Amino acid sequence: MDSLILCDIQQGVMTLTFNRPERLNSFNDAMHRELAEHLTRAERDDEIRCLLLTGAGRAFCAGQDLNDRNVDPEAGPPDLGYSVETFYNPLVKRLARLGKPVIAAVNGVAAGAGATLALGCDIVIAARSASFVMAFSKLGLIPDCGGTWFLPRVAGRARAMGLALLGEKLSAEQAERWGLIWQTVDDAELVDTTRTLAQHLATQPTYGLGLIKQALLAGEDNSLEQQLELERDYQRMAGRSADYREGVAAFLARRPAQFTGK
Amino acid sequence: MSQLLSERRGRVLTLTLNRPQARNALNNALLEQLAAELEHAQDDAQVGAVVITGAGRGFAAGADLKEMAQRDMVATLNDPRPQLWARIERFPKPLITAVNGYALGAGCELALLSDIVFAGEDARFGLPEITLGIMPGAGGIQRLLRCVGKALTAQMVFSGEPIDARRAQQAGMVAQVCPTALTLEYAQKLAATLASRAPLALQAAKQALRQGQDVGLSQALTIERQLFTLLAATEDRQEGINAFLEKRSPDFTGR
Repeated sequence: MDSLILCDIQQGVMTLTFNRPERLNSFNDAMHRELAEHLTRAERDDEIRCLLLTGAGRAFCAGQDLNDRNVDPEAGPPDLGYSVETFYNPLVKRLARLGKPVIAAVNGVAAGAGATLALGCDIVIAARSASFVMAFSKLGLIPDCGGTWFLPRVAGRARAMGLALLGEKLSAEQAERWGLIWQTVDDAELVDTTRTLAQHLATQPTYGLGLIKQALLAGEDNSLEQQLELERDYQRMAGRSADYREGVAAFLARRPAQFTGK
Repeated sequence: MSQLLSERRGRVLTLTLNRPQARNALNNALLEQLAAELEHAQDDAQVGAVVITGAGRGFAAGADLKEMAQRDMVATLNDPRPQLWARIERFPKPLITAVNGYALGAGCELALLSDIVFAGEDARFGLPEITLGIMPGAGGIQRLLRCVGKALTAQMVFSGEPIDARRAQQAGMVAQVCPTALTLEYAQKLAATLASRAPLALQAAKQALRQGQDVGLSQALTIERQLFTLLAATEDRQEGINAFLEKRSPDFTGR
């Protein structure tokens, strides 16, 4: 059987490709489990310094596979909270907590949890033909996979409400104009652009990048005073890293820095 | 390698639970060493405050189950552990626990016994005894109850499920949540500040805090006033007030 997630590790970049193209890479439980295993490796392996998520075929990810969700009229109501609790929530938390940058290369449609998952990545680059669809409302559901948290933060409340309540398709270009994502590129350039970016990030001070991520995330909840204290703490930790020493030494010696990620 | 590492820097003594292979489980031998070290520190005028922390990734994951499993009811009745805990509790100087990772069972009880808990962001506090068919037996229920109230105590004791550092701070169990890499350092920094205060005043304040919890308010107020009066007879009180009025740092002697 083919893997539901393709994993490729090169030059410090782990590329995970959602690989159920015939189902628009929608999630089923087996795919979640495979993804979780790769994530464990990404968390533990210091050689991996950047994570790149993308989809095989024409879609990025169409969210939850509804074939697994055919509601049996005889049985009681389904417990959708179970799969959220077991699969989606740990996934979002692990990506947020991962001490290395996570890039989403959105190659095609990102719908439902596929769209909200992308918004939770650190840097999102979309192909010009890609689109984002908060499809949940059309089924009577709410945006999960962090959607109700990320959407108002990346899009602002008015746009978050519109996107979530209407569930209409948002083009990649509009998503970029609205600040939901980092960049839109021509379809043919997506692979090269994201790979180049990922390889660049994999040579950078990973520990420091991880702290930046954590600090920005914590800032979403903190007051200014709390955040200033957190900056003091994290700067203290960053200042003790080998990469900071290397960065300063390289700057003073006017040579390129050789970061190890520690 | 000793099960309990002891290091003094300035007036701060740091004791490190060092059985990482057993997740720093508090067996009788380790509790005995902890009690002995604290008694030693009690008599040592050079020690102003003590920090307890755990080696490796966690603070302390409970008691030693193998040790406990061997004890039947009669043996449990004559268990030396309550005496060990009582000796640890008698320590009269400020006791800070710096908790990273798991503080479960006896580990959680040790944190509850301390005066101040600093927790890393990854810290987890729990009393999982119920999942083993037993219950907390070293003050876990009583101290947790007085610290976080009935609702959360019942939830934690009956379910055996741990709470995280933020929840523990909201509930009043943890004084400060720190980035995990800085927990011990920040606890030691606070300990150094405490150790610069007048020793007798610290001791009296700790006594007021402890005794006040066991009695009614009016009696507690009497105790507090008596201890307050007692300090009026110390040289350090004079020094403290003079230094303040003269806008200089006090030089306390512990007299």
